[in-house]
Amino acid sequence: MSDLTRLTISQARAKLRAKEITAAEITQAYLQAIERANPALNAYVAVTDDKARDMARASDARLAKGEGGALEGIPIGIKDLFGTEGVHTQACSHVLDGFKPHYESTVTTNLWADGAVMLGKLNMDEFAMGSSNETSYYGPVINPWRRSRLDTVVMPTTHQGDGGFVSAGGTRTARTLDNAQLVPGGSSGGSATAVSAFLCAGATATDTGGSIRQPAAFTGTVGIKPTYGRCSRWGIVAFASSLDQAGPIARDVRDAAILLKSMASVDPKDTTSVDRPVPDYEAAIGRPIRGMKVGIPKEYRVDGMPEDIEALWQKGIAWLKDAGAEIVDISLPHTKYALPAYYIVAPAEASSNLARYDGVRYGLRVPGKDIVEMYEKTRAAGFGREVKRRIMIGTYVLSAGYYDAYYLQAQKVRTLIKRDFENVFAAGVDVILTPATPSAAFGVADEDMAADPVKMYLNDIFTVTVNMAGLPGIAVPAGLDAKGLPLGLQLIGRPFDEETLFQTAHVIEQAAGTFQPEKWW
Amino acid sequence: MSVDLLTVKRVAHLARIAVSEEDAERMTGELNAILGFVEQLNEVDVSGVEPMTSVIPMEMKKRQDVVTDGSKAADIVANAPATEENFFLVPKVVE
Repeated sequence: MSDLTRLTISQARAKLRAKEITAAEITQAYLQAIERANPALNAYVAVTDDKARDMARASDARLAKGEGGALEGIPIGIKDLFGTEGVHTQACSHVLDGFKPHYESTVTTNLWADGAVMLGKLNMDEFAMGSSNETSYYGPVINPWRRSRLDTVVMPTTHQGDGGFVSAGGTRTARTLDNAQLVPGGSSGGSATAVSAFLCAGATATDTGGSIRQPAAFTGTVGIKPTYGRCSRWGIVAFASSLDQAGPIARDVRDAAILLKSMASVDPKDTTSVDRPVPDYEAAIGRPIRGMKVGIPKEYRVDGMPEDIEALWQKGIAWLKDAGAEIVDISLPHTKYALPAYYIVAPAEASSNLARYDGVRYGLRVPGKDIVEMYEKTRAAGFGREVKRRIMIGTYVLSAGYYDAYYLQAQKVRTLIKRDFENVFAAGVDVILTPATPSAAFGVADEDMAADPVKMYLNDIFTVTVNMAGLPGIAVPAGLDAKGLPLGLQLIGRPFDEETLFQTAHVIEQAAGTFQPEKWW
Repeated sequence: MSVDLLTVKRVAHLARIAVSEEDAERMTGELNAILGFVEQLNEVDVSGVEPMTSVIPMEMKKRQDVVTDGSKAADIVANAPATEENFFLVPKVVE
């Protein structure tokens, strides 16, 4: 039997409906793959074997009756930030030790209603604060991609290779994998690794400053952050409420469209959920982009950006031009202020949201001589360094006497960042093309980044503007760098115009192909 | 603007996070690095600019003022570290 974990969601969907495979078989294939790979990759923090098998059985029963939903029998992974009833939900923090909610998030409720099968909970940066998945209480996630170098290999006269090929001497080039472990990006690092390493067919993720798109770019996967308000935030552990959005990470553009259709909804339980019907995103795939106006913002060309990324961007421009799009140079003058403004707004909201972890209602409690000492000791023991750092920044910028200078100033700058985008869209631009990240995946325990938190924050320089303006953004893999690591391009669209993103991303995907890591784990 | 050790300790207390002397010293450096980075926002001319309140223009949703949920005290306290008869237990706060 061919490896069922290699099927994309659309392929598995067709085979399940045609009864060529069963949900039980594909679920079992993923559970086995997780068991073998997780010790090396650390993508899952909880595997829900029994639940997965039960859900798969129920899916098979529905499929047999021809009643299957849009995702019937498709095994997926869920980021640990989503509340899942009776199942490990800790935002990968120690402070939520043992927490198993008695409710289910709206996004996961939607997925189960469409027949998806839950494989388990995925590792992430603690409370989604990080760009490398190294702040997780459960340890770092490892990127299935490794650097490699091209060698010329002299072939023996006859050689039966792993792939079954036979060579009659001569030379060929081969990639030799480096042993250094790389990060998958963050905060949805578990989601990105699991999708890239074939440990789930697709995954849920969330994005506050780039947490879907940056890990997708680092792992050669597709990740979309929809418009603020498209997916309900109800039941998702809150980080920065005015920026947080859920979205999928998938192996190709079509799979991302299929997943988003199921995840998105209008939810009365979330007052910021927007009252508009969810379109059929998959239908946008394959529509021609002839005549579409693609904006290229000059502010996204930053100092020290690797040549590979500039070259990739130029390739992306050429592909869209070849497909008939009109390329226009645009300016988003406040781009450079998005990241500093984010590092006021996001910590401020986080300091307020994370006030609830007090050792009273859930999770960890460290006793103290009185209630204040109990709070202080619980939070000192329960939160990791990065989370404490952001709570401290947030508390400081909101404290008496500093509110106007920091928070109010940042929210005004945010208005200007959004206005920049409004101006270019008003001028007729349909979609904006940028690199997704300023570099490829970097090493685990990178010393420069450990020494200076701002260096780590710069990972989100191209993605964070989109959150600040509430817009949809998609990261799509577009090529490999000289060391064989995947790089992504980002497309930014008008509010609620995810369809144009899928349509355009598909054109890039058609030109660039899809990318899979060489298996070493 | 930058913070000193005393300010860091005061902010830590406001945030209800116990910090050791060593933690506070390390945090002072880290917070100053971040505050230094965000300083550049001051160069932006924001005269006449309204602060953002909602990133997507939306009307406040309202619903009938009726009970739609409840009678699940046991669920609510189920994850608490210490409870008694559907109450959260905390150290004594009133003498």
